[in-house]
Amino acid sequence: MNFFWRTGMVLVGMLTVVIVLWVITGPSWLDLSWVMPDNVASTFGPTLDNLWLVILWITGIVFFITEITLVVFLLKYRNREGRKAEYSHGNNKAEVVWTVIPFVVVMALAFYSKGIWDDIRDPDRIPAGAYPIHVMGAQFEWSATYSGADGQFGTTDDFESLNVLHIPVDQPVVVQLEAEDVIHSFFIPEFRIKQDAVPGMSTPVWFEATATGEYTLACAELCGLGHYRMGGTVVVHSEADFQNWLAEQQAQAEAD
Amino acid sequence: MSTTAATETHTGHAEGHHDLGFIRTYIFSTDHKMIARQFLFVSLLFLLVGGILATMVRWQLGFPGQPMPLGGMLPDTMAPGGIILPEFYNSLVTMHATFMVFFALMPLQAGVFGNLLIPLQIGADDMAFPRLNMVSFWILPVAGIIMLASFFVEGGAAGAGWTSYAPLSSSGEWTGVYMGQILWLVSLTVLGFSSILGAVNYVTTVMNMRAPGMTWFRIPLATWSLFVTAWLLLLAIPILTGGLILLTFDQTLGTAFFRPEGSGEPLLWQHIFWFFGHPEVYILILPAMGFTSEVIANRSRKPIFGYHSMVIAMVAIGFLGWIVWGHHMFQSGMNPLLGMTFVVTTVVIAVPSAIKTFNWMGTLWRGNIHFDTPLLHAVAFVSLFIIGGLSGIFMASAPVDIYIHDTYFIVAHLHYVLVGGSLFGIFAGITYYYPKMFGRMMNEGLGKVHFFLSFLFYNMAFFPMHNLGVQGMMRRIYDPNQYEYLQGLQPMNTFISISVFLFAATQVIFAFNFLWSLRAGKEAGRNPWKSNTLLWATPSPPPHGNFPEMPIVYRGPYEYSHPDHDEDFWPQDDPPATSGSGGQPAASPNPELVPGD
Amino acid sequence: MSDAAVATMDRKPMPGMKVYNMKLGMWVFLLSEVMFFTSLIGSYIILRFAHPDHWTDPGIVLNVPLTALNTFFLICSSVTMVKAFAAIQQGDQKGLKNWLLATILIGAAFVGIQIIEYAALSSEGFLPMLDAYHAVGRGNPHEGPSLGGPLYGATFYAMTGFHGAHVSIGVLCLIFVYFRARSGAYTEESLAGVEVIGLYWHFVDLVWILLFTIVYLI
Repeated sequence: MNFFWRTGMVLVGMLTVVIVLWVITGPSWLDLSWVMPDNVASTFGPTLDNLWLVILWITGIVFFITEITLVVFLLKYRNREGRKAEYSHGNNKAEVVWTVIPFVVVMALAFYSKGIWDDIRDPDRIPAGAYPIHVMGAQFEWSATYSGADGQFGTTDDFESLNVLHIPVDQPVVVQLEAEDVIHSFFIPEFRIKQDAVPGMSTPVWFEATATGEYTLACAELCGLGHYRMGGTVVVHSEADFQNWLAEQQAQAEAD
Repeated sequence: MSTTAATETHTGHAEGHHDLGFIRTYIFSTDHKMIARQFLFVSLLFLLVGGILATMVRWQLGFPGQPMPLGGMLPDTMAPGGIILPEFYNSLVTMHATFMVFFALMPLQAGVFGNLLIPLQIGADDMAFPRLNMVSFWILPVAGIIMLASFFVEGGAAGAGWTSYAPLSSSGEWTGVYMGQILWLVSLTVLGFSSILGAVNYVTTVMNMRAPGMTWFRIPLATWSLFVTAWLLLLAIPILTGGLILLTFDQTLGTAFFRPEGSGEPLLWQHIFWFFGHPEVYILILPAMGFTSEVIANRSRKPIFGYHSMVIAMVAIGFLGWIVWGHHMFQSGMNPLLGMTFVVTTVVIAVPSAIKTFNWMGTLWRGNIHFDTPLLHAVAFVSLFIIGGLSGIFMASAPVDIYIHDTYFIVAHLHYVLVGGSLFGIFAGITYYYPKMFGRMMNEGLGKVHFFLSFLFYNMAFFPMHNLGVQGMMRRIYDPNQYEYLQGLQPMNTFISISVFLFAATQVIFAFNFLWSLRAGKEAGRNPWKSNTLLWATPSPPPHGNFPEMPIVYRGPYEYSHPDHDEDFWPQDDPPATSGSGGQPAASPNPELVPGD
Repeated sequence: MSDAAVATMDRKPMPGMKVYNMKLGMWVFLLSEVMFFTSLIGSYIILRFAHPDHWTDPGIVLNVPLTALNTFFLICSSVTMVKAFAAIQQGDQKGLKNWLLATILIGAAFVGIQIIEYAALSSEGFLPMLDAYHAVGRGNPHEGPSLGGPLYGATFYAMTGFHGAHVSIGVLCLIFVYFRARSGAYTEESLAGVEVIGLYWHFVDLVWILLFTIVYLI
């Protein structure tokens, strides 16, 4: 049987196996998407998802070109009767080209990333007036402390919320992140934010929600046997609802 | 200062070496080839251990909360009723990676092939320090037994990840693991000496024991890759050793290097670990790159495209690998400005890898490609390494890393480079060099079946992990269904798990082929692949002392399909007068004409 | 390669680093030791910058004069080591043995003094562990508030302890070389063992000079 037939049969066989297992286990075809999920709900979201797309395009094009070229070479230059390889030790010009071009592309990516990184992480760029919340990660829960009516932390009108973070929509929030015991990681997938909570450190992480609703808070750093169940909820209120909620909590705290 | 000691080499005793007896020949051998075989058998066993641990991890993720087949054999502290406990899951994840990285991938490459290839490819009779070499090997099973023992102590095996971040790892109160973590630390500290002593041997041998005419730029790329790897081992492992010792003190003595309650710095552990850890990943891939170069050039019957660039690229990777470690710590709370410098260095290190990839493709271009099993594995290395490398571009961008850090996107990336890359590269190396090691060929039919099934199941298992990461699934999660947004991914996880089981099962074919061919494989002859390197100038397997007299090298290792030469290969030690080319030695591609450096 | 050049080629290895294997091997090994001490010293530097309040001014807790004397001893032992090597280079077997013995004794004295220092420090409450740290400094009659913090003790013992371990291993190796010298193993042509243990010994001395400066004087 000739080479192409044999190769073709192998490929068809492989594809069959994939499809059979796929059908048996039943994942969704949407799960194969390389585009970020569209549930994003923060101001960082579109910027980061856009950067992701840029990288996806660049790497995707490189992927297809290189892999297809590889397959073409394997087919075209396979050993056949009477075939002789070309004696060539290389081509310096080619080396320069495929050194300089990747270098330029990746450096451009680095500098493009810098602006976005600074916006998100630079402590001097945290919007003034961002609403502050203290969040403490501990085995295996998140506790959020609000400053209460006096706007000061460490006073008697502070109140806590366990595993549920309440924040207002369309307003910058800055979480002062700490950890009680081991390293945890504060991850809100739909806001595209993540920050490690390190015991002995207090790290600011800011974000601005763009849609009301409930979102997932997850721990993204192995922290012990309960790491898998250290989830929480982020509830984004309208401004009015948020004030109401604050007042309620205040009243509750005073009653206690 | 006088050069002391008589000639360091002692070729010429290829015959007539007195019989050393069973113990000195097979157990406490100082012959680099026997040591290579010892490394091979022991590392393959540890690869099996790492693989079993992986299947258990995948059982839990594919069939959460279900009793595992044969799980009833496990004690209740690990899996009561065969259902894996969360703390045992954390240990499985930790120990899978630990065994694979330290006890399988490192010894399979540096231990096996460093020993087999270096002296033979440079024309030496053995390593510079044969007894030290023997010690290097024996440390491996000792350290491995310590690591295995940690499963059976109270509290179980280490469960803080192979990265062992403090303070989770600095005190048993956070994990419930006490002695297990200490044994993990001790095992790796002991194992480090194997690497350091091995590196001293490899560096000295390559620098000082090359045959006449074997200039630096006539050394085959496999030896070059092992030489660079040896330097990385030499300089990186001691850093880890220092860190492991300090962490052991935190665990046992009550110091607080990394414990915040004593003003220790958890991030210090991360800096120490990753300063070692990043050169470590190049230790894990460079030799596989070396084997890939040898196999692709030989099986295409073409010189390697851009030999000098290949060497420079490996050396560049070796240097740059020291200044990128912070990219593992972008989200750690490290100073963001420092983070940005690591973005720049990290994207730059993609460039030498890209150069190598293009050069491998350039080698295939206009070649005369023979699709033997080694070639298939080498090409798979290139294609899968491309995927692993490209996925790395995403995480090199620190803001993009915010989302994908500690998700399955990272798991996909690391497995594409370590399995798609290193493991397939190791398969290329084993199938290619088996004839020289054992005097017999591995079965080609079984080899091809093993390759195609492995390639299929491997990609089925690991490609969708990119997607899991994009959906936000975190790493080291015992039960993703605790998170509502991840519940929809269960079918995909089951798909992946079954693919992993099938991949694992396929390795039985390799194991059978490997063992069966030892006795029943076709006799290999001296140079079955018609290769040029000095390794293939010896019998299969080579005798003690390797060469009857020290070879002389006249040309580079990749003179395949030379137009002035009848055969499509031209061994390095083939004297010009007998070249069969009709008198005039063909223009050497390497202009160095004298045995000088 | 020209046929003429080929015809004159000896079957001897390439010149390589122009240094014999054991010496090259020792140099390479010492590079790994540099990295090991870098790990410990680097940790010390990072911890000290992060928590300077854990350290006191020099001399308050640690015995600088005694250690300065010890440093002088170690430097002397490097001198005796050089003398030992110079002796065997001239074929002077007696000189080799005597200077080796001097190096061993001084090296052992260094370790001994370090152990005495450790004993004194720990009795003054200067210990590596968090819970036991209660340094009250020299000249204080075991009373008073704790000076500095546990990171001071932990880094001190880690760095000097591992250095001391390296000195001890060096002394054992020197003893081995001494007995080999007594059995006449070394000559003007065959002195690799002496040279490489000398290299190791000088390295250990250099590390100490660095450690003494940063641990005791800063």
